[in-house]
This record gives sequence, C-alpha cells and structure tokens, in this order.
Amino acid sequence: MSTTTHIGEAFQATDERPVPAKLHDWLVTVDHKRLGIMYIATSLFFFAVAGVEAALMRGQLAFPNGKVLPPEVFNRLFTMHGTTMVFLVGMPFFAGLANYLVPLMIGARDMAFPRLNAFGYWMFLFGGILLYFSYIAGEGLAGHGTAPDVGWFAYAPLTERAFSRGTSTDYWILSIIVAGIGTTASAINVIATTISMRCKGMTMARMPLFVWLMLVVSAMVVMALPPLTAAQVMLLLDRYLGAHFFDTQAGGSAVLWQHFFWLFGHPEVYILVLPGFACASEIIPVFSRKPIFGRAAMVGATVAIGLVSVSVWAHHMFAVGMTPVSNIFFVASTMLVGVPTGIKIFNWMATMYGGKIRFDTPMLFCIAFLFQFLIAGLTGIMLAAAPLNWQLTDSYFVVAHFHYTLLGGMLFTLFGGFYYWFPKATGRMLSETLGKWHFWLLVIGFHLTFDTLHFAGIRGMPRRIYTYAAGRGWDDLNLVASIGVIFQAAATACLIWNIIRSVRKGASAGNDPWDAWTLEWGTTSPPPEYNFAVLPEVRSSRPLWDLKHPDDPDWKYE
Amino acid sequence: MTSPSRLAGLVCVMSVASLGQTVHSVGNIFKPQATPAESVYHLSLLVLAVCAAIFLVVAGMLTFTIVRFRRKKKDDGHEPAQVYGSNHIEIAWTVIPILIVFVLTMATARVVVAIQNKPAPKDALRVTVIGHQWWWEFRYPDLGIVTANELHVPVSTAAKPAVTFLKLQSADVAHSFWVPQLSGKTDLIPNRTNSMWIDPRQEGTFLGNCAEYCGTQHANMLLRVIVQSSADFEKWSAAQRLSAAHDARIEAARATFLSLSCVNCHTVSRTSAAGTFGPDLSHLMSRDTLGSGVIPNTTENLRAWIKDPQAIKPGNLMPNMQLNAGELDEVVAYLSSLK
Repeated sequence: MSTTTHIGEAFQATDERPVPAKLHDWLVTVDHKRLGIMYIATSLFFFAVAGVEAALMRGQLAFPNGKVLPPEVFNRLFTMHGTTMVFLVGMPFFAGLANYLVPLMIGARDMAFPRLNAFGYWMFLFGGILLYFSYIAGEGLAGHGTAPDVGWFAYAPLTERAFSRGTSTDYWILSIIVAGIGTTASAINVIATTISMRCKGMTMARMPLFVWLMLVVSAMVVMALPPLTAAQVMLLLDRYLGAHFFDTQAGGSAVLWQHFFWLFGHPEVYILVLPGFACASEIIPVFSRKPIFGRAAMVGATVAIGLVSVSVWAHHMFAVGMTPVSNIFFVASTMLVGVPTGIKIFNWMATMYGGKIRFDTPMLFCIAFLFQFLIAGLTGIMLAAAPLNWQLTDSYFVVAHFHYTLLGGMLFTLFGGFYYWFPKATGRMLSETLGKWHFWLLVIGFHLTFDTLHFAGIRGMPRRIYTYAAGRGWDDLNLVASIGVIFQAAATACLIWNIIRSVRKGASAGNDPWDAWTLEWGTTSPPPEYNFAVLPEVRSSRPLWDLKHPDDPDWKYE
Repeated sequence: MTSPSRLAGLVCVMSVASLGQTVHSVGNIFKPQATPAESVYHLSLLVLAVCAAIFLVVAGMLTFTIVRFRRKKKDDGHEPAQVYGSNHIEIAWTVIPILIVFVLTMATARVVVAIQNKPAPKDALRVTVIGHQWWWEFRYPDLGIVTANELHVPVSTAAKPAVTFLKLQSADVAHSFWVPQLSGKTDLIPNRTNSMWIDPRQEGTFLGNCAEYCGTQHANMLLRVIVQSSADFEKWSAAQRLSAAHDARIEAARATFLSLSCVNCHTVSRTSAAGTFGPDLSHLMSRDTLGSGVIPNTTENLRAWIKDPQAIKPGNLMPNMQLNAGELDEVVAYLSSLK
C-alpha cells in the first residue's frame, strides 16, 4: 500500500434524478450501506414509538390512582413497549450497524449475500408493521381486541385461547416469527461475510473487535431464536389445532413455556448488549489514542459471554419453585457471566489508562456507559443470588436493572456509535453542541427515572401494575421517575433536531474526522457503492495506524 | 367520573383496621418480620457490601483514569505510548472476580437450602393458596375454613413458635404470592403445586401484591396477611368454622339472594349457593376489604360493588348483574348479615 491514507477515491457525482427514481433505488437496493441506513432509520422510528408508549405509562404512574389510561390500554402499552424495544429497536439497530460497517471494516465490497440482506430488512419491516397493525385489525370478542396485552414474555397459559380471546396474541406470535426470519437471515449473512469476505491480510486475529463481536452476536442469534420460534409455533398449535403444550387445563405445562422463552430470552439480552460493547470497543481506543488493551482477552471474554449466556436462562425463573439444586446451579452460572463482563470493563479502562482522552460526544456516551453498565452488572449480581431474587424479581428493581443494562448499556453505546459513524454514512458531522445537550439531558433523565425505580422495587412495588394506592411508599419515587421522562424526551428532541439539521448543513466530515484506525475511515464519506476503489491489504488490526505511522507500525508488534 | 370509580382509588391502606390492627403498608424488604425475609435480608447485606466495595474500587479507578488521562489543553500533538496489553494483569482480573463469585455462590447456596429445605413442623398451620384472576382463595384444610383475599395466621413468638406452610396452586393463569416483609415471592402455577412458609413475628396487617402479570386486573390483585395473637387467631378461626349466619328477620332478602345468579359463582355455607368461581361469601363481613383489597368493606362500598363491580375494578370477572333497586337493597342486606 502507498503512504496515502486514502484507499478510496472521492467519486460521488451529484445525483440529480427525480425523487421517484431515487426512492426506487432505495426500494430495490441490495447495497449493504443503504440497507444498513434503512435498518437504523426504521429502528429509530420504532424507538420513538416505544418512547411514546413509555411516556404514556409513566404519565399514568406519576401519581397514585392514576386515571390517564384504563387498565387494558396500559397492559397493551407495556407489552408493545417491550416487544418493540427488543425486536424492532435493539435487534435491527444491531443489524443496521453490522450491515453498514462489517464489509467496510473487513475491506469487502458488500455482504456475502446481498439479496438475502434485502430480504432480511423487508421481513423485519413487515414484522414490525404486522405487530402494529394489530391495533387496527386485532379485533376480537368485545373488549378483548386490538394490540396484544400479554407482556413481552407472554407467559402461558395467559396466552391460551381460554384467557386471550380474539387475535391480538396471534399478531404478537406471527409478527415476531416474521421479524425473526429477517433477523436470522441478517445474522447468517454476517457470519458468512466475516468468514469469507475478508480482504487480503485480514486474518481472524486482525479483525476489528467490532467485527468479532458482531460475529459472536450473529452466532447467538442463530442459536437463540429457534427455541422462541418453536415455542411460538407450539402456542399457535395450542390455539388453533387443539394441541396442549402449554394448555394447563388439559395437562400442559406453563413452566415449559418459560424454559423455552428464557432459553431464547437470556441470550437475547446479550444479543442486545454486545453490539453496544462492539461500538464501545471501537470508540474508546480512538478517543483515548491507544489500541484496545488485551485484544485477545476481549475476544475470549466475548466468546465466553456467548457460551455461558446459554446456560443461565432459569435465573428468570427462580420463583417458579425449582429444586434447590437447580437454583444453585443457575446462581453459579449467572454469577459466572460477571467474570467475562468484568474483564471487558477492566480492559476498556486499561485502554483509557495512559491515553490522551478526547471528550467528543461519542466518547461521552461510552464513558457514561462504563459507569452505568458497572452498576447494572452489580445489580445483576444481586439478582443472581436466588433468595434475593425471590424478593426482587418481577418488582420495579428488575425493571430498573434491565433498563440500566439496555438503556444505560446498550442504548448509550449505540448513540455513541451513531455519533461516531454518522459522518461516515452521510459525509457530514453531527453538531457537537446539540450532541452534548442530548447526552447530558439523557444522563439526567435516565438517572432520575431508573435510579429511583430500584427503590420502588425494594419497597415492594411489583412491575406491570397499571395503578397503585397511595401510602405504600411508592408515590414520591414514581413521581420522580416520571419527571425523568421529560428530560429523556427533551434529549431525544435534541437528537432528532441534530439529525435533521446536520443532514442538511452539518460541517463536512472528510474521510477520517476522528483520526481513527480501521478500514472504513480509509474510504470516502459516504463511501462509494463499491466501498473501495482498490481492495485494501492489511498487515495489522489497525491498518490506518500503519499508514499514518510508517515509522512505528502495529504489525511489528503483533 | 362516577363516584364508585373514585372509591376505587380510596384503597384501604390507612383506613381499614377493623380488628384494631397496625397496617404495615410499605413492604420494605429491608424491614423483614419473618424468618424467610430475614434470611434474605442478611444475605442481601453481604451481597450489597461486596457490590458496594466493587463499585467503589472500579468506579474510583475509572474516575481517576478519566481525569488523570484527559487530553491537556497544551497537548504536544504526539500520540501516547501504544500499549497492547498484559497477560499478568488479565489473569489478575480474571482470577479475583472468580474468587468473589465463588464466595457469593456458596453464601447464596446456604440460604437457598435453609429456606427451601425447611421441614414442616408437625404443628404447622397448613393453608392452601389458590390464585384466581384477580383474587386469592385461602383454604385451611385442617380447620375446614375457606376464605378469600385476607390470609389470617398466628404470630410466632419465642415462647410459642408458629409456622404457616402455604401450598400454592392456581385455578387459571400464573400468579405470584409476594408479601415482602414476610418472604420472597413464589409463583402459583396452574397444574403444579409450589410451597413456601412464613413465621411472622409481629402482629398486624401486612400488604402484598400478586407479582406475576396475570391479565387485566393484575394491579388490583392485592394481598393482605393478617397476623394475630394466637388467642385472636383462635377466635377468628372458631367464627369462620361456624355456618353462615341465618337471620330470620331478613328471610326475604336471603330468598332474593338465593334466587339470583349470584349463587352460580359464590358459596354461602349451608345454603344452595355453592359456586366456586368467585370468593366464598359465608363470612364476608369479617373481611376488611372488597374486590381483593381494592376498596374498604363498608356497606356503601358493598352496595356500589354489587351495583357495578366494573366501575370499581374494570375488567374483573364479576359482571354488572343489572339488579333493580329493590334487589340491590335485599342483596346488600343479606350479605351484610354474613358476619
């Protein structure tokens, strides 16, 4: 390779065709970058929808005996909020990032299966539309219609025909199966791409950590989704063909559903949070100006998390009356996950240690993530202690804990990633000022809401209640939690305004605004359809560092 | 807003203490009043101490790193020393957490076994708890008592330990029995029998909730455990064992009640009312609340409830029976006689 840092050439002719022609291009595209952007845009849309649902629920719970929403509407809202955040926000955001970045980071021209890629996106979108279509079409018997109201983990036998009449539960089942097909397609594609499409010199050992984590996440998707899909098919058989898998009135097992669901559900938590780790693993080194500390350990820890996470599912079920031996097994396996997760936090910290840390918006989000994820991990340890779990499970403590994990962990890092790669995808910088407003408002709102909810749980407040009486020690805590939502909404407004403003007139980004080291920064922003004019050849895990520092390249030490 | 639906808000946290009982309305898990909750509390102190120590160390190091290694204003523009890792350090922060995890797992295992494997003493009070959408049925098989929503148990003292073993079942979907000051929760799962035990050491009424989402009115599947001195408990138990009151002065009211479809869902002992879908009404007036804790049990509230239960607890499985004013008066009069 030459000494220039430009692997791709600026080759962006201005597109002056009419809007329908441009739209048509987006509709039929198989380009990984366009599909990536479509995934992320769609998931941000669903994120806004789920945010509105959450805000409505916090409005209802702000005061005791809330009269904002009737019970059945509230129950639909928490079902839709959970289902949307997991299946239509978390997973597609990951698919979008992986789609956009994996080929660029490994020096490929596209994903291994571009058409499968497009198929995955459209299946996901169709699944999302199907879920929300239930609000219009899920009419059942009088008073039992519209959206599903069984909770996002849809415990049997509440989902059986005897207790869930009408078709709302069927919408829940079918939309998740459809979206799941899309997610599986996308995961298989990421696996095939990382295995077979790497550029010359990009050994597995030299792959960016981001790509490694996406590979592990994809493998987990392929492992974890089948139990859910199988259980959902069984439930459909129960509902329509008279099977009795979960029909307790005919000898079926309610606990069986829980095993199936959490065999999917716990790996799912890591499927959601590892893409966040992936972003942090790229952002923290660049903004600390040091390579990631202990690359091999980070990869090993990720694989370990993936493996251990399939043996911890029953910690969601400590209260179902398992034997002491089973309980103790799942206590041990759950606490064990804390070890590789701890290794990751220590390595990120060691990466910053001795560096020169720049506090741009992407890094701010990652720093907040480190503290918040530390707390989420520790409350996780508390919940892993089965007897303590008997008190805390299904209470607001759990709600606070998993929002710490998924908001404080996943969402903060995904926002970090969004600020970090937005210039690459659009050619324009997001505003730092608005970014910092977004960050600080979100931090304040997040802590107001979720710090307090831990205490509501400790004082005996169960989750999923649409109302509560005054005088049970929950009033003030709920009011504070609801006030936090105002800050979170303001933060989101800053983000949306930042996107709209920056797409139109943000500062020009150039190829490499953050002075970074992975291959995507070596091509133009946005990259041309073919990504690289000449396919790169790499000799280390930081190819752009090698180019920028020919006197002190990484490959000498690897 | 109709007046009954406003009533629904006035849940009887403070107002109802017909037995002169203290109401422990805040279910703080750090103020345990029975052995299982106390074992959990002691374990939680250990876990909290370990977690707090980890937090202080890690958050402290993080803060130090971020402050100490921020890019200075007068930066020379050179990249810092490029460090790739250290196997010694990696081993250290792998082994130390494994040791912590080992200790915590062992401590936890002890408490799991102590709570779950406790043998039932011969003189333990046995109660079968059956979850329904959205109320609790309590059956005392040894005493021949059937009641609803308010679990009466004797207090346990050093002189006279009293343990109550609960057999947990469900008639429909999954529920969960949770009274935080007495014990952690255990699920009530249809087609399965679970068990738990409590030995409350303080008299009073302890509030709890159903803790597993069970449908529309999950929020108002409230739970009251009434802990009484052994004398009071005996008195209560003797009264519950009696047949339902039969007051000759309100024979007409009784006949009206028995002629209505109330009897398809409710039981009143020694009458033709033998339904089992709804709570047993034989001693309705001995209870503090109506609708599984949703309103205090007063004559006005009883009337409002019978008139339209859907206005007070929307979605509950008792329909509005469309009684006319005369029928309503008589049903209320009869039910009010069921002391």
